[in-house]
Amino acid sequence: MSNYSKKMVEVSQVTLLREQDAHKEPVLDVRNLGIDFGGLTAVDNFSISMGPTEISGLIGPNGAGKTTIFNLLTSVYQPTRGSILLKGIDTKGKTTAQVARMGIARTFQNIRLFGNMSALDNVKVGMHYEIPYSFVSSMLHLPSYYKAEKTANAKAMELLDFMGLADVADHQAGSLPYGVQRRLEIVRALATDPAIVLLDEPAAGMNPSETAELTDQIRRIRDTFHIAIFLIEHDMNLVMNVCEAIAVVNYGKIIAKGTPDQVKNNPAVIEAYLGRKDG
Amino acid sequence: MKILQYLINGISIGSVYAIIALGYTMVYGIAKMLNFAHGDVIMVGAYVSFCVTNYLGMPVIVSILASVVVCTVLGITIEALAYKPLRGTPSLAVLITAIGVSYFLQNAAQLIWSSSPKNFTSIVTFDPIHLADGRIVITGEVIITILASVVIMAGLTWFTSSTRIGKAMRAVSEDRDAAQLMGINVNSTISTTFAIGSALAAIAGVLLCSTVPTLQPTTGSMPGIRAFTAAVFGGIGSIPGAMLGGILLGIIETFSKAYLSHQFSDAIVFSVLIIILLVKPAGLLGKQVQEKV
Repeated sequence: MSNYSKKMVEVSQVTLLREQDAHKEPVLDVRNLGIDFGGLTAVDNFSISMGPTEISGLIGPNGAGKTTIFNLLTSVYQPTRGSILLKGIDTKGKTTAQVARMGIARTFQNIRLFGNMSALDNVKVGMHYEIPYSFVSSMLHLPSYYKAEKTANAKAMELLDFMGLADVADHQAGSLPYGVQRRLEIVRALATDPAIVLLDEPAAGMNPSETAELTDQIRRIRDTFHIAIFLIEHDMNLVMNVCEAIAVVNYGKIIAKGTPDQVKNNPAVIEAYLGRKDG
Repeated sequence: MKILQYLINGISIGSVYAIIALGYTMVYGIAKMLNFAHGDVIMVGAYVSFCVTNYLGMPVIVSILASVVVCTVLGITIEALAYKPLRGTPSLAVLITAIGVSYFLQNAAQLIWSSSPKNFTSIVTFDPIHLADGRIVITGEVIITILASVVIMAGLTWFTSSTRIGKAMRAVSEDRDAAQLMGINVNSTISTTFAIGSALAAIAGVLLCSTVPTLQPTTGSMPGIRAFTAAVFGGIGSIPGAMLGGILLGIIETFSKAYLSHQFSDAIVFSVLIIILLVKPAGLLGKQVQEKV
């Protein structure tokens, strides 16, 4: 493993920010993040900085700690070491719900929609904290309830339409085809009005044409909502196509960071994926 | 004609079970725990209503409101003090705590109101309706009870499907972690559920004691267990299931009392439950979850 760290130095200093993000505060600034489970170090010394409209990828072999990193970023786990700054604010000690409201949203590797609810209701759950009426006004059917519900419905429909899901708004989420469920999960994440979206294997289980469509949609999300997107993905075509920066992890540590081209040609990455040539 | 009379009485007592069962099923659905103290909240509700009417001389409507307020606060307090600290521990720990809370409430009631039964004055004051030359009597209590349960059922269905907080509840019930990642505060959602369940328990308590006017510290425990049965019977976690289960249980109970045996009515009710669960383990309206392999 010491080999990895030597090779990594060459590329880790590269500034990865997009031109338009160059002088802006990073939306996500992770420093020396680490977590131990019992005696096992699952993630160690993980640092990354993301501009407000950057698309970055997190890749690595199975079990490298990618989803653990997402769980740390969303406060599902509290880190053992290091810090996470979301829009400049430390998320230490914050609950998952609080971090979500601060502007971080995510999808899951194994889809976790609210299967018994309609697609529209799934999106509206995502908008929970933006629907501004109280328990009392809903029970009394005050005008503020109707107004807020109407606005929420309109916004939810707009978001569904954006991902081409307006037709299935009334369908039960659990009954939708797999690829549609993946896209619905992205819509639900967008509904929370995030500053950064974490996508955990968004193309898993998709066929090549669906993946191609997803690639366009990811870019369109960034360009429309002006948010950052951080994605875990095994489909290298999608990653190399859509990401402006890529971090490669193995055994919970970053072994390379850089542009797609830099990463592709990095010997440490090739070794992690394919093994060493000379044994 | 008699059979119709039994049916009406069965639906009436069943409606009370249904309202109690709604509290069980909502708490189970959202907090994933069996709140065995729920039956005793009913008893507290009935005592509060009794005191406000008999000692303070307030009108019925004030006594009902007072009972709802006290039970709501009690429900939230019980959740915060007894169950919340145990979040994330094995469900057995919470179950035992709930049984402890149940005994605590019963004993506290015994200290405050003594164990001698009180004679509850019915909240209903209008005359019964006589049908078919007086062979069928529909009492005011029956009318109010059935009406109340229909209104509560419709209200809850609307609330969970059409409001922000109701949707948050359904989201938490389906996937707590995913709901949190949507920014939903799970703790306050669970508190709201307890508040609603306990408010319903207060109403159930007043209705129950209007029909069966003996009020003592153990008044809530047996109806509580029957309502829990009703919730399981209908499919625990399902709101329409609780309603259906409650009413069916009431009908089965009344019919077995009338035609089979008064003493064995509970045994008969629970036997029916066992048979139904053997055929449909998830309850009448419960979803059979098929695990993908």
